[in-house]
Amino acid sequence: MRSFFLPAATLWQRELVRFWRQKSRVLGVVASPLVFWLLIGYGSNDLGRFYSGALVLTVMFSAIFSTISIIEDRREGFLLSMLVSPAPRTSMVLGKILGSATLAWIQGLIFLAFAPLAGVSIHPLDLIPIAAAIFLISFTLTGLGFVIAWRMESTAGFHAIMNLLLVPMWMVSGSLFPMATAHGVIRAIMWINPLTYSITLLNGLLGLPNANPGAFVSTIVTAAFGLVLLLISGFMATQKSTKSAA
Amino acid sequence: MIEVKNLTHRYGDRVALSNVSFEVKKGEIFGLLGPNGGGKSTLFRILSTMMVPASGAAVIAGHDVEREPAAVRRSVGVVFQTQSLDKALTVEENLRAQGHLHGLSGADLRDRMERAMERLGLADRRKDLVETLSGGLRRRVEIAKALLHRPQVLLMDEASSGLDPAARRDLSRHVESLRENDGVTILLTTHILEEAGRCDRLILLHQGSIVAHGTPAELRARIGGDVVVLEVADTQAMAAAIEQRFHVHPSVMDGQLRVEIKDGHRFITEVVEAFPGSIDSVGLHKPTLEDVFVHETGASIA
Repeated sequence: MRSFFLPAATLWQRELVRFWRQKSRVLGVVASPLVFWLLIGYGSNDLGRFYSGALVLTVMFSAIFSTISIIEDRREGFLLSMLVSPAPRTSMVLGKILGSATLAWIQGLIFLAFAPLAGVSIHPLDLIPIAAAIFLISFTLTGLGFVIAWRMESTAGFHAIMNLLLVPMWMVSGSLFPMATAHGVIRAIMWINPLTYSITLLNGLLGLPNANPGAFVSTIVTAAFGLVLLLISGFMATQKSTKSAA
Repeated sequence: MIEVKNLTHRYGDRVALSNVSFEVKKGEIFGLLGPNGGGKSTLFRILSTMMVPASGAAVIAGHDVEREPAAVRRSVGVVFQTQSLDKALTVEENLRAQGHLHGLSGADLRDRMERAMERLGLADRRKDLVETLSGGLRRRVEIAKALLHRPQVLLMDEASSGLDPAARRDLSRHVESLRENDGVTILLTTHILEEAGRCDRLILLHQGSIVAHGTPAELRARIGGDVVVLEVADTQAMAAAIEQRFHVHPSVMDGQLRVEIKDGHRFITEVVEAFPGSIDSVGLHKPTLEDVFVHETGASIA
């Protein structure tokens, strides 16, 4: 047990310490979704409609930037010593994902401070489920980042995936337009897009419109997606290969 | 302590290692010498369990690298060519994280960290961020880190590359003391002749195959006599002329002629007299490991 949790804990802590020492990262991650949200929100005179989407974008940017470090770490860095240590690979995966997810969560919470601008007032007791939901979404998106980054050899490739997969995935998640009024094909894509359920989950908890299919289903889908990604990450990291791990 | 048998590896169609076998005894300092792309890094990756070989086997401290990687990882400390330190963390934090990865914690870990820092002269830099340290110091942190779990075997990949001569001497002093005081077996890859010369035994790797193995002295003895290096304007013509007249076979390397010959001093006077005015400079030296490499492969190490 100890040899499983100790490595995971130390990697989790490492992510936090590194983040604390490069505080300017917070600004970079929170600022662009914030500007984006304020422009679209004020432009369309409906800050509330885009709020959940902007929050998810903040979390997504953070999760992606944290997991992108795997690529650099693998080439020259800390990942090398993890790979040749006897610590279980699954414990490394868990530590890395939990660490990055915690950072994404903190930045999501910072974005939450702007909720009053969207006309959302949060009861202190509601903070707990909202914070929990943001963590769940952070965890899921970090898992997604890990799966993409693990086998990738350069950060250039990651940017392509970001623009061709992640941003479009975010656009058709209900962040910009609701499912109800979307064109049939897009509506079908939205329906199978796991990110849609992150948006509906937040809309529901924040009392914003477009919260169907409700908190329960949204939570289940988001958690299931996160769990699947965690399992895939663990599976990928434990594969032996005749190609070098680094 | 390390046993490598018929190791073969390919990257796609390119053969990186071809039927490599050797043994390293306990307490030896064993070197893999060769140019970049010769197969050293591939061999290093297989021994450090970063990848499995296409065929053949390697056993370290009684454990097969392919079937029991976890047991191998417990017995082996690895010092990487590229740094495996987290530059945003301090020396101490790096060591602690490494200890945790090996399941060490508490007073035991603190004690090991103290000793490792003491031994490598890092105690007064413990609170410094790694990014503020010099290359030589960073390499020492790497070694301290690789030794925390008291491995029986230390694998070092080009550990002295990029270091200045003083830092390099310092490093080899630490390596020597590890073998003397702790009986650690050390396998290192290098393309630096001076470092290779300090190994107990070494193998020369070229294009994935072992071209020679033995102690540095044995290897040098493969060249009977001296090495004479001539600088001339037209290397091809001069090579042919020397071959015809002295019945030796000069090799052409980097615009120079190399001749392996007994009684080199005598040859020098004869060759200068035989071709007056056409030789720009003459040099004579006892065989080096570089000469051995050239002798075996016709290629140079660097």
